[in-house]
Amino acid sequence: MRGLLTVSSPAAAFDPALHWRLHHQVAVRPEPFGALLYHFGTRKLSFLKNRTIVEVVNSLDDHPDVRSACRAAGIDDAQQAPYLHALGVLAQSKMLVTGEA
Amino acid sequence: MTSLAPVPRLVEQFERGLDAPICLTWELTYACNLACVHCLSSSGKRDPRELTTRQCKDIIDELERMQVFYVNIGGGEPTVRPDFWELVDYATAHHVGVKFSTNGVRITPDVAKRLAASDYVDVQISLDGATAEVNDAVRGAGSFRMAIRALENLRDAGFKDAKISVVVTRHNVDQLDEFATLAARYGATLRITRLRPSGRGADVWDELHPTAEQQVQLYDWLVAKGDGVLTGDSFFHLSGLGEPGALAGLNLCGAGRVVCLIDPVGDVYACPFAIHDRFLAGNILSDNGFDNVWKNAPLFRELREPQSAGACSSCAHYDSCRGGCMAAKFFTGLPLDGPDPECVQGYGAPALEQERVKPKSSVDHSRSGPVALKLLTKPPARLCNESPV
Repeated sequence: MRGLLTVSSPAAAFDPALHWRLHHQVAVRPEPFGALLYHFGTRKLSFLKNRTIVEVVNSLDDHPDVRSACRAAGIDDAQQAPYLHALGVLAQSKMLVTGEA
Repeated sequence: MTSLAPVPRLVEQFERGLDAPICLTWELTYACNLACVHCLSSSGKRDPRELTTRQCKDIIDELERMQVFYVNIGGGEPTVRPDFWELVDYATAHHVGVKFSTNGVRITPDVAKRLAASDYVDVQISLDGATAEVNDAVRGAGSFRMAIRALENLRDAGFKDAKISVVVTRHNVDQLDEFATLAARYGATLRITRLRPSGRGADVWDELHPTAEQQVQLYDWLVAKGDGVLTGDSFFHLSGLGEPGALAGLNLCGAGRVVCLIDPVGDVYACPFAIHDRFLAGNILSDNGFDNVWKNAPLFRELREPQSAGACSSCAHYDSCRGGCMAAKFFTGLPLDGPDPECVQGYGAPALEQERVKPKSSVDHSRSGPVALKLLTKPPARLCNESPV
């Protein structure tokens, strides 16, 4: 049925110490400014406004937690705040999921 | 929206155009069972050169390669194409989401069940009055009932969040609350868009477009109650009425930059409201595919250059409305680098008073055209007697 494929777990607080990944219904389209994200389930569009955040988003699944994904993209802990904020917004809109979701 | 500090404004990025549209409108057929007085595409009769199923699938393959996330399918009445459901299934199987606009004629209980089972298809039912009286005056006798039946079938099948799509006119602008109630009744989302003087709309725009007072009323309604109401970003000409950002959306003209239109014969136009030779970028069949037209058409390249504010350059509100809608200006015979005919600062009205020549439609599929092979001496007994469907 329509809707059941869309994960509707309670909006988990965004904890960068956890493993997060892109929702399986989200497509990432590279653009000169960064990337467009589209969620086929919620039909929401988001924008990633630089290449570094795109790299982080695309590599989330390869890392045990968000902070290490950031570090691997060259963002050291002191500089992570805006990135974690952006990722938190994506988590809120269900573009990113964690755990068994 | 996700934002990080050191970047140019997104609007500026978009004005320079993207490598592929974010979404596009695809009119699958000019055939229609209705003959709405304001039809943007002057639909009625099927065009004999209509794209074949195979050609449509090739286009979908190309859209998938370009990562166009979804298409807004319209017409005409798209569901009257015998291969309509086949094309919808093909698109969604190829990661191109579908939202289609319909007057409801084919949304039977069975079809509604089928739609409810898909995660990638969105349905938009057109309705231009919250009552049969107001709606049918524009869309034709029986069209209100047809749309409501479709909404009932969708709700009963468990389809969530259909869209009710309303073109705001002088006669329905007072019904916005009623439309919202109607949407709630069917578990649907209200979508309201601007009346454009395009297609047959050019003939009725003077009588149907909201008055200056109604534009303010509409703006106030959107600011007060517009949360959760979709607008297709179509009211950006109103943004000068209040604080920047009071209206949701990007509020820019995306024509040829982030959106475009594919018509039933594969012609590509800058936007759905601009079916005219002036805004024809090319043809998918004769110009080597959609990707090529999108990236290289001289018209699209021109639209992605910085645009002149012209007569609007001294207006303090130019940054919010960007001169308004190109198609609305063109089809009312106003210069493209001047005010929108519905300019909220009042510059449109005097411009409309000037001597102006409204461009003739270069494409017309209306069923009652000036050249008829045989003239009926009395009205057809039933709608379908005159219908191409």
